[in-house]
Amino acid sequence: MLQPSDAWQPSADRATLQQRAAMLRQVREFFYDRNVLEVDTPVLARFGVTDPHLSNLTTVLTGDNHRWVLQTSPEYAMKRLLAAGSGCIYQLSKVFRDDEQSSRHNPEFTLLEWYRVGFSAAQLMHELEQLLQLLLGAPAACYLTYQQAFERYLHLDPLAADSHSTLQRALQDYPPLAELAQRESDRDTLQQLAMASVIEPALDPSIPTFITHYPASQAALAQLAPDDDRVAERFELFYRGLELANGYHELTDAKLQQQRFLADQQQRRQLQRPHAISDPRLIAALDHGLPDCSGVAVGFDRLVMLRCHKQHIQQVLPFAIDRA
Amino acid sequence: MANYSTNEFKAGLKIMQDGEPCSIIENEMVKPGKGQAFNRVRIRKLISGKVVEKTFKSGDTVESADVVDVELAFLYSDGEFWHFMNNDTFEQLAADAKAVGDMTKWLVEQNVCTLTLWNGSPIAVTPPNFVELEIVETDPGLKGDTAGTGGKPATLTTGAVVKVPLFVQRGEVIKVDTRSGEYVSRVQK
Repeated sequence: MLQPSDAWQPSADRATLQQRAAMLRQVREFFYDRNVLEVDTPVLARFGVTDPHLSNLTTVLTGDNHRWVLQTSPEYAMKRLLAAGSGCIYQLSKVFRDDEQSSRHNPEFTLLEWYRVGFSAAQLMHELEQLLQLLLGAPAACYLTYQQAFERYLHLDPLAADSHSTLQRALQDYPPLAELAQRESDRDTLQQLAMASVIEPALDPSIPTFITHYPASQAALAQLAPDDDRVAERFELFYRGLELANGYHELTDAKLQQQRFLADQQQRRQLQRPHAISDPRLIAALDHGLPDCSGVAVGFDRLVMLRCHKQHIQQVLPFAIDRA
Repeated sequence: MANYSTNEFKAGLKIMQDGEPCSIIENEMVKPGKGQAFNRVRIRKLISGKVVEKTFKSGDTVESADVVDVELAFLYSDGEFWHFMNNDTFEQLAADAKAVGDMTKWLVEQNVCTLTLWNGSPIAVTPPNFVELEIVETDPGLKGDTAGTGGKPATLTTGAVVKVPLFVQRGEVIKVDTRSGEYVSRVQK
C-alpha cells in the first residue's frame, strides 16, 4: 500500500513523460498536416452518456439543482460542432469513467478522438493505421470481421439465429468461463465475454488487428451496414494485448439515435443501474443534420504504455489516481 | 449468509465456490470500452488447496465464506487429533489429520500456530515461519568441514528430514524455515 509520505511523487518517470510529450506533439502535427482542426469541448457538461456499461461521474455547481456530468468521451459535443459545420476535427481530451480501475484503466484518462467528414469506416481505419505507424512503428494492420473472428477462434457464427446456445456450449471448453456462460441469458454479454476472454488473448499481439462489423445489437452510435442489417459499421482496434480504439461510421439519423438512447435506458433499468438522462442537444444537432462522417476514440495513455513498454497505466501518468 | 459484490473483490477475501471456502489470490477487472465488465479472479480453494481461475460478471454477487484465522498454541497429538489452546481464554480446539496435513512435522509443543477455521472448524494449520528442533539422526560429518558445502540429511524429533551442513551433529538444535523446509542455523542451547 502507498504510504502518504510517498504519494507526492510522480507515478511516471521522467523519460516516460518526455515520450508522452513527444507523442502529443506528433499527434498534433499529424492532424495539422491533414488540415484537421483541434477543438477542446467541455469536460463538465449538463448531460452524460446513456451507455449501460459506462458510469458517469457527476458533481454539483453552486446555485442550481442539476447534476453536472464529467464527460466519458467528447463525442456528443464534437458531433454538435460537426453539425454546426466545423469540418474535420480532433481532440485530446481528459475524460472520466467511474468504477474503472485496473492495470489498464484509470478513472481519469486521455482520449484522442477525431471525426472525418465524408470518410468511410475503412478510410478512417486506414488513417488510424498510419498514426500507429508514426507513434509506435507498428506494422500493417490485419482486418477481421466480428463474424470471421468468432469463426476462426470459436468455430461458430455469432450472427446465426442459434448463436446464443452454440456459444454457450463452446464456452464450456473454457473452465474459468463455463459457469458464467452456462447461466448467462443475454447474447451480447456472452459475446463480450468470449471477445474479452477467448478472442482478444488469441489475436497475434505483434500485428494491429481491427475487428469490424460488430453485431447490430452492439452498434452503439454506429450506422448499420447498408448491405447487411445484422451488423453495424463499428470497429475496434487491438494491438499488443491492449484494446486501443473504438470507432464508427457515425449514425446520423436523429430518430434512430433517440431509439438507441431509449433502449440504453431500458437496459439500465434491467441492470439496476442509475438512470441517465439522454442528451437532447445531441438529438437536436442530429435533427439539424450531422454530415456523413466517421469517428474514432483512441486511449492515448495506452499508446504511451506501448511506446514505453509499460505494463501498468499508472507508469505513464504523471500522477495516477492513488496519487492524484 | 452475507454476500460480496464483485466490486468488493480483493486479495484475501474469503468466498464460497463449489461448496468450498476459497480465498481470492488475485482480482483483475476486464472492461471493454463498450460493453459488459468482467472480473477475472484467481482463487485458492482452502480445503483442497487447488488454485483455479474463474470469471465473474462485474456486479454479480457471491456468497461469503465464514473463514477466520486464529492464533493457538499447539498442545499435543493423540494420534487422531492435534490439540491446540488459546493462550488467553484457555479454550481448546482439535484439528484432524486432514486439516493438519503434512504440517505435523513442524508442530512443536507450546508453539503458536495459525489455525484457519471455517464455520468454527479447523481446515488448515500454519506453523510459525521458523521452528527450532533437535536432530535425532544424521551421519557424522567430515572433520574440518566448516564451509557447509555438500550437506547431508538430518532427521528431527518430529520426523521431519532437513538437509543440513556437514558440520552439524546429532543432538544439536537447529532453526528451520517451515515455508521452504530449509535449514537456517544452529541454535545455542
